[in-house]
Amino acid sequence: MDLILQQTVNAFALGGTYALLALGLAVVFSIMGLINFAHGELMTIAGYVLMYCGLAGFPFALSVCFAVMAAMTAAVVMERVAFRTVRNASGATMLVTSFAVAMVLQVLFQNLISARSQPVIIPDFLGSSIRIGDVVIGTNKIVAIAATLAMLVALELFMKKQKHGIAMRAAAEDFAIARLMGIRGNTVIAGAFALSGLLAGVAAVLWVSQRSSVDPLMGFTPVLKAFIAAILGGLGSLRGAVLGGFVLGFIEVYLAAFLPASMQEFREPIGLTIVVLLLIARPNGLIPSATLQAQKV
Amino acid sequence: MTSILDLKGLNVRYGAVEAVRGIDLNIQQGEIVALLGANGAGKSSTMNAVVGLEPVASGQIMFEGRDITNQPAEVSAQSGLTLSPEGRRVFGTLSVEDNLTMGAYTRTDAAAILAAKERVFDLFPILQERRTQYAGTLSGGQQQMLAIGRALMCEPKLLLLDEPSLGLAPMIVEQVFELIAKLRDQGVTIFLVEQNVAGALNIADRAYLMSSGKIVGAGTAAEMRTSGALTETFMGAQ
Repeated sequence: MDLILQQTVNAFALGGTYALLALGLAVVFSIMGLINFAHGELMTIAGYVLMYCGLAGFPFALSVCFAVMAAMTAAVVMERVAFRTVRNASGATMLVTSFAVAMVLQVLFQNLISARSQPVIIPDFLGSSIRIGDVVIGTNKIVAIAATLAMLVALELFMKKQKHGIAMRAAAEDFAIARLMGIRGNTVIAGAFALSGLLAGVAAVLWVSQRSSVDPLMGFTPVLKAFIAAILGGLGSLRGAVLGGFVLGFIEVYLAAFLPASMQEFREPIGLTIVVLLLIARPNGLIPSATLQAQKV
Repeated sequence: MTSILDLKGLNVRYGAVEAVRGIDLNIQQGEIVALLGANGAGKSSTMNAVVGLEPVASGQIMFEGRDITNQPAEVSAQSGLTLSPEGRRVFGTLSVEDNLTMGAYTRTDAAAILAAKERVFDLFPILQERRTQYAGTLSGGQQQMLAIGRALMCEPKLLLLDEPSLGLAPMIVEQVFELIAKLRDQGVTIFLVEQNVAGALNIADRAYLMSSGKIVGAGTAAEMRTSGALTETFMGAQ
């Protein structure tokens, strides 16, 4: 029972990180139809900023602010430099562009920083754990869950109550008509990238605080997972991305905890099989995007 | 009367296809001008070009004496020019009220936005009743009202309506036409694209007839009703 409880906390923590990343992918995809595989490099940039700020002796809270701001700035620059020119191109062109951006950034990290993994100074409290009854919970897990919830609530309020958030949803549904309302295409897209950078930055802080290191390829795996989560939830649907992230987190953590030792090496294929089965049952994802469905009909 | 919209030799192209072939058209302040024609005559292309949703291949668009040729769509609303598009295209995943809020996106005066919203709710009480509902759950007629209401939120001087009666029940169609006449009486100039010729000519002051991208007839509503050009275009008679 304690083990289940403990693993559930772990699943929420990991799933929350996936959810933030998947949400970042979904925000951009819903507006311009781009699956941004360079999203992971935004995480890596935030990770390196966290590392350098730590080396410079900044307080952790300040380092986190800088890291998140760096990811947001990088996302906006990425859009301006790489994606604006291919905005009206096909989905495949944009996808390949995002791969190119990811590779260029990875090589830059390798050559300008280091090809090897670098340690990141993480404050002690994130490495400690607290005891509730017989359950031992890592502080970093609690922080991860709290940060995820705070981000999700803030984003929900922004998208529902703020004029610019509503405009973003309008543009996601019908870009041409949104422009007709006076909503500037460039502004909305830059806003979507800034938002995805914010989410990637927070996810990076959570990710790095679990492993205390950063390397040039750090962003690849979590973003691949987030991509799976976004598809599982229903590509382009924001709620779907969040749900997909949590479901994937649960699948991974529970399989790692409860699969017999002899089966552990098949953990990933079993996890992906569950995802495939879910997608066979619900081909448009768990919470399909209303807009993209309508386009298909 | 002063001229509010002037199209001079307007050309709109999709690749090799010429949708609009050098048309001249003029709208005076306070009028309802109908643009009639069969499917594919180039009516919607003309409207989309005016608001900047389609690029102009050649020719000129003058709005209130200013050249707005190829002005981006984002700027149109602010200059007092907007379109209620064909097929309504309300934001289905937004609430009715948020749709209206988006219509007033470029306005910053909160009191004026509220007043505009009240005005739309006065015109369409049903929208007030459904204000928190997702627009996608409204009936076709209600969505059409919302599309027109949304367009009115920017207090346009010139309102373009693309097929406002399309797909609506006959009783609702009548209501929509009555409403358009009412808007004109409130001082909004209206440029109307319609396939419902009788309905459009009932409320319009003047009309243009379009066929294969060209203007093939023009006149007052009364002249157009009796002119042979209409039957010719629609029935294909020679």
